[in-house]
Amino acid sequence: MGVELAIRLRGVVKRYGPITAVNGLDLDVPMGTCVGLLGPNGAGKSTTMRLLTAQSIADEGELEVLGFHLPEESKAARAECGVAPQLDNLDVTLTVEQNLLVFAHLYRIGRGERREAIERALVMAKLVDRRDSRVDKLSGGMRRRLLIARALVHRPRLVLLDEPTVGLDPQVRQELWALIDALRSEGATILMSTHYIEEAQRLADTVLIMSHGSAVAAGPPTELVAEHAGREALEVYGPPARLAEVEAEAGAAGLRTRRTGTSVAILGVDGANGYAVEGERRPANLEDVFVLLTGEEIV
Amino acid sequence: MAVSTAPRERRLGRLERPALTGVLVREVVNFSSYWRSSTFSSTVEPTIYLLAFGFGFGSLVSRIGGYDYLEFVATGTVATAVLFSSAFPGMFGTFVKYKFQRTYDAILAAPVDTEELVTAEALWIATRAGVYGCVPLLVALFFGLDPAWGMLAVPFIAWISGLGWACFGIMIAGYASSFENFNYIVSAVLTPLFLVAGTFFPLSQLPEWAQVLGNLNPLHQCVELVRHAAFGWEGWTDLARVAFLAAFALVMWRIAIHAMTRKLID
Repeated sequence: MGVELAIRLRGVVKRYGPITAVNGLDLDVPMGTCVGLLGPNGAGKSTTMRLLTAQSIADEGELEVLGFHLPEESKAARAECGVAPQLDNLDVTLTVEQNLLVFAHLYRIGRGERREAIERALVMAKLVDRRDSRVDKLSGGMRRRLLIARALVHRPRLVLLDEPTVGLDPQVRQELWALIDALRSEGATILMSTHYIEEAQRLADTVLIMSHGSAVAAGPPTELVAEHAGREALEVYGPPARLAEVEAEAGAAGLRTRRTGTSVAILGVDGANGYAVEGERRPANLEDVFVLLTGEEIV
Repeated sequence: MAVSTAPRERRLGRLERPALTGVLVREVVNFSSYWRSSTFSSTVEPTIYLLAFGFGFGSLVSRIGGYDYLEFVATGTVATAVLFSSAFPGMFGTFVKYKFQRTYDAILAAPVDTEELVTAEALWIATRAGVYGCVPLLVALFFGLDPAWGMLAVPFIAWISGLGWACFGIMIAGYASSFENFNYIVSAVLTPLFLVAGTFFPLSQLPEWAQVLGNLNPLHQCVELVRHAAFGWEGWTDLARVAFLAAFALVMWRIAIHAMTRKLID
């Protein structure tokens, strides 16, 4: 008996004219896990999200969501998914509660359970005492919490979060992480796209790194880091000439490096005995992996 | 790896009631926040036409086509009210919800298809047009138009006309790439149809070719039906007019769905 998959994509291709937004993507999201789609802007994350709700139709490949074949069985799949889009599309002239009421109807919650579902969503979004506020009177963080709670009103089996914290300040972002983490601990299945390394590292059981429309690596964040970037990195600061020198030396010693704007990071220094350059030792991270694998800076 | 087993119902049907209800509930709840302005513009505008033409022209022309001029215009402006409260919300409302509020992205992520979305939106607009369409008649009753049993059919006539024009508006919004595109439609399509509908002067005044074209104008059919509802039916001819309006609505409905699917699903 294998693992049950909430999402299974094989060789998915989506083109917009001359641009190939998704290029042969394979993606598995096992039930009960949180998978993070990590990649820079334009890597194809949002297109992938739209493909999963059949708002985009793939040109090639197989797509299954909760066992339903897309696009032809998409409506049945959508009934059991909750989607929080990247761009806020709440009804701003309605109250918090009215927004939830509308989605309780759109997600076909029976009359008897509607009240309770709305209360549960209000509690989850911590908006119980703002239930009668119009959405245009809420703060950015409250709106985003409502956007996520709206996606959860019908207790979906699968939750799709597209850049859940984009454009929010750090404090608000942490509030949302708490919300998503609570969701995880209840056993929800989540696919979350993000271009924030820290977000993926904290919340995702498995990360799939996307670049130019396809997956370049996948696995638990710690394993990806250990496999591709080693345990520790040495961050060396200095003027550009010095940085070029450091790069050359590290290269000669068989070590990999990457530029981070103001510094050079020498990777895998934990394995290189006796390599002595002045710098700051720090644990290797997902960003190192990303840059190594794709050659792109991420944030 | 096994893929999660799906429940029995794999493919949900088309035009499901829960999907239509969901979209309609959204519109009704939203209406509670803007009904004042919407009701104001949908009733005041045709009333102004009615009063301006009815009393303005009415002082020059007392009778026309066998009717009192005020009665002639009052029954005619029902079609104007229907047009204003259906084609315009169809065009502008749809475009705003698609482009600026991104409402349709949210709705289509739920178990609602474009066909259901367009249908529910059109039904909602048509229902409003059915109600607002009666306003000129009510105003005219106040100014001395004689009530008639046939007038009870006016909400239905306004509804079926409104359905066609709502779908027309949604179709235009589906093909439009910017707000500016609507100017062409308003100037080149809606204004001529509005003027050559027999609202303010009978089509029989026009050259024959214009009369033939006028008969293809759904607004004209609406005007005629409302007049006959107030002053006496014309039997089979009127049934044919209803059939014409139904056919107009049906064709516009299908094209609107096609246009919006192209726009919303890529």
